[in-house]
Amino acid sequence: MSQRVLTRLRDEFGDRILETTDFRGDEVAIVAPADWVEVAAFVKRDPECMMNHFTDITAADYPEREPEQPRFDLVVCVRSMLHRHRIRLKTRLADGETVATLGPVWAGASWGEREVYDMFGITFEGHPDLRRILLYEEFVGYPLRKDYPIDRTQPLVPYREDGLVGSKLPPFGQDEGQPWTRINWQARLRGEDQQVSPAIALQQGQRKALSETSAHETGAEIEE
Amino acid sequence: MGEVKVLQTGESGFATTRFDALLAWARKYSLFQYPFATACCGMEFFSVASSRYDIARFGAEAPRFSPRQADLLWVVGTIVQRQAPILKRIYDQMTDPKWVIAFGTCASCGGFYDNYTTVPGIDKLIPVDIYIPGCPPRPEAVFDGLILLQEKISNGNREPLVVPPRELPQLTQLRKKEPA
Repeated sequence: MSQRVLTRLRDEFGDRILETTDFRGDEVAIVAPADWVEVAAFVKRDPECMMNHFTDITAADYPEREPEQPRFDLVVCVRSMLHRHRIRLKTRLADGETVATLGPVWAGASWGEREVYDMFGITFEGHPDLRRILLYEEFVGYPLRKDYPIDRTQPLVPYREDGLVGSKLPPFGQDEGQPWTRINWQARLRGEDQQVSPAIALQQGQRKALSETSAHETGAEIEE
Repeated sequence: MGEVKVLQTGESGFATTRFDALLAWARKYSLFQYPFATACCGMEFFSVASSRYDIARFGAEAPRFSPRQADLLWVVGTIVQRQAPILKRIYDQMTDPKWVIAFGTCASCGGFYDNYTTVPGIDKLIPVDIYIPGCPPRPEAVFDGLILLQEKISNGNREPLVVPPRELPQLTQLRKKEPA
């Protein structure tokens, strides 16, 4: 679909386009952080590309790539309303590495960059107002990094101490909610715990139903 | 209305009861509600509040968007950590006596959000009177919750209660039978 954009980019930048991929019509070009804004400005202004619709900017964390490769992929998705094609530009950033803001190219990018900063801690040079956008100022760390603990919460209001809180009875027991986040992943990767979710474990007979489980086992205190 | 004694003398008469029972009876049928709707359960709340299901039939008609004038706080939807101070403040601004209903699974226990952003149940922040499970709850479940709350008000009971699931109805046929 957007092969001609990739061709155009390769013609214009040559070796500075580090890699191009295309998967079922999704064309991706990977560039160095130093060329980030220049390539973006080119795809916006070049008459054959004309990427005038900024769709999204986001990031992805691959900590397992370190130390050979930087851990973050910064991704911008743009589209041309005139030519009806789209392209995805990527650059790879190490932890603490900065990249120039795309705000001067697409004004809307500065909102998305705040979100990327909020979730991944990637900083953008030249951004006019790089603050957290979804989370609160008191939040420590960046929650979409893979090394953010999955069960770590940072309450703004201290939780109440109440007998009911923390030991709720069904229907608010262990089978409700998002049980796969409470899986012991280390054990699962070692092959010791094949449980996917409490409900599936129940079907497969790996776990007793709540009604058969005594209050002592679930940790709930049932008052007669 | 508690213990009511009716004394009839001739054509006219009078009834006696305890004052707190009379007060509780008045309170349970004049609930001024503050809808704190934050997520998709809000749609279900609108449905309950509007003409088809019409919560006004149960004496809980008037929504008040000032916590000072409200005595029933409906927490409808997911509460995120960033909203927690707002909810706490709204609750603190309400005047006594006040009641809280956790509408839906997210408000009751965080629902399927088990992560850095969501408060796992509003009872971590404020005391809750009635939990209405469901994602979202059916209007019938909401009415069950409201009636449960009215019973609590008339009993003076402040213990948290969960709306029990209704009995499963007979399975109804979804499609018309093919003509023979």
